Amino acid sequence: MRRKLFFGGLVVALPLALAAVILHPTRAKSDDTKASPAEVRVDNFSFGPDTLTVPANSTVTWVNKDDVPHVIASNDGLFKSKALDTDDKYSYTFAKAGTYSYYCSIHPKMVGKVVVQ
Amino acid sequence: MAKKNLFDPNPSGVIEHDHNNDGIDRRGFLKCMAWAGTGALCVIQGGVLKSHALASHMGSQMKSHKLGELSFVQISDSHMGFNKPANPDVIATLKAAVDKINALPEQPEFLLHTGDISHLSKPEEFDNVDQILKATNKQIFFVPGEHDVLNDDGAMFRERYAKNSKGQGWYSFDKNGVHFIGLVNVMNLKAGGLGTLGSEQLEWLEDDVKHLKSSTPIVVFAHIPLWTVYPQWGWGTEDSTQALSYLKKFGSVTVLNGHIHQTMQKVEGNVTFHTAFSTAFPQPAPGKAEGPGPMKVPAEQLRSVLGITDVNYVQGRHALAVVDSSLA
Repeated sequence: MRRKLFFGGLVVALPLALAAVILHPTRAKSDDTKASPAEVRVDNFSFGPDTLTVPANSTVTWVNKDDVPHVIASNDGLFKSKALDTDDKYSYTFAKAGTYSYYCSIHPKMVGKVVVQ
Repeated sequence: MAKKNLFDPNPSGVIEHDHNNDGIDRRGFLKCMAWAGTGALCVIQGGVLKSHALASHMGSQMKSHKLGELSFVQISDSHMGFNKPANPDVIATLKAAVDKINALPEQPEFLLHTGDISHLSKPEEFDNVDQILKATNKQIFFVPGEHDVLNDDGAMFRERYAKNSKGQGWYSFDKNGVHFIGLVNVMNLKAGGLGTLGSEQLEWLEDDVKHLKSSTPIVVFAHIPLWTVYPQWGWGTEDSTQALSYLKKFGSVTVLNGHIHQTMQKVEGNVTFHTAFSTAFPQPAPGKAEGPGPMKVPAEQLRSVLGITDVNYVQGRHALAVVDSSLA
C-alpha cells in the first residue's frame, strides 16, 4: 500500500514526488523504531531512560534534545560518538549480552547503562 | 624602583621589570572588576584595594586606581556558534564585551579567556572569536573549556591558543611580579566524576611553583571551578585539593574560573576563588533548575541577567570584596 502511494506520488507531479521521497524514509524509520524502541533521549543533562534493556544485536540510538552538545562514550572505551549538537543522533549496535555503562565525556556526571540480554 | 612605581601617577609604564622585587610582592594586591556577559577587570597594585561597580563608577573611580601595577581582564564562555533562544546572537554580546574593554579608562595589559571559546570546537567558531577579540589589541591567554576540545582531544585548541604549553595545554607566565598559571581540567574526564587535572599536570604544577618566593602573588585560571561549587552538576574539579596544596605557602592566591556562567566567590584561607560570567548566556544557580543548561530569559532581560560583578582581593588580609550590578 505504501509502495503504491509512493510510486503514485512520483507520477503525479514533481513537488509531490519530492514530498513522497522525503516522507518515505521517515515512515520507514518510524516503523523501525516501533519494532525496536531502542532510543535514549539525551535531555536536560540526563539520559532517558538511564538504564535501557534490549535484546542482543539491538541498535541503540541516542538523540540529543539539549541546547548544548553531548558526547556518548562507553566507560571502557568500546564506543564513543562525535559531539552531538541539538537533534544529532548516534547509534551503536550491541552484539553481545552484558551491561554496558556509558557517560557523557564532557559532562561526566551524566551516566547511563545499556543492558543487553 | 618599586617605591617610585607605586606613586607614579601613570601606571602603564611602571611594571616592566620588577617581578623579583619583594617590596612589590608584599604590597601587591589583586583587584578584579567583573561584569556579567563581558568580563572581569583585575588590577594588581600596591596598597589596599577598594571595589566599585563598573557600570556606575567606571568613569570616576577607576581613575583613582592609576597606581595599579598590573591590570587585566578576564572573559569567559563566549560559546561562539551557540544560537539557541537563550542568546541567538553571541557575536553581538562578545562584541559588547570588547566595547566594554576598550572603553575602560585604565586599559588592561592583557586578557585571560577561561574557556568555552567555541560552542562546538569548529574552526570557524574560533575564527570568529579571534576576529572579534582582535579589536581589543591585547595579548590574550587562553585555557580550554570542554566545548573547545570536543573531537580531537584539544589538538586544534593547542595549535591555535597554546602552542608553547605543556602536556594538554597548561602553562605559566610572569607579569609584573605576579605568577599566572593556566590549567586544563576539561580532558580525560571519568564517568560520574568532575573536572580533572590529572597526575601529569599536578606534577608539573608542583614543580612550577617550587622555586617561587611565598610572597609572589599567584593567579590560577582554568575553565571548570577549582572548588566544589555544585558536584551534582559537575561544577568542581576532582583533584583541585591537591593542586591547591602546592599553593599553600603563598600569601596570595587568586583562582579565576568560568564554566558556570555566573559569578560566585569564596575565600578559603589564602585562596580567593572567583567564577566569571559568560559572554553568551546565563546558567541557573546551583540546584535552581532541573539541569545546568542555558537559562532562557526574555531578550530584553538578557543583559540584566548578565549584570556586572566587581571582585577585589586584598593580599595579606585574605579578604575578597565583590559588588554585582546589572548591565541593564
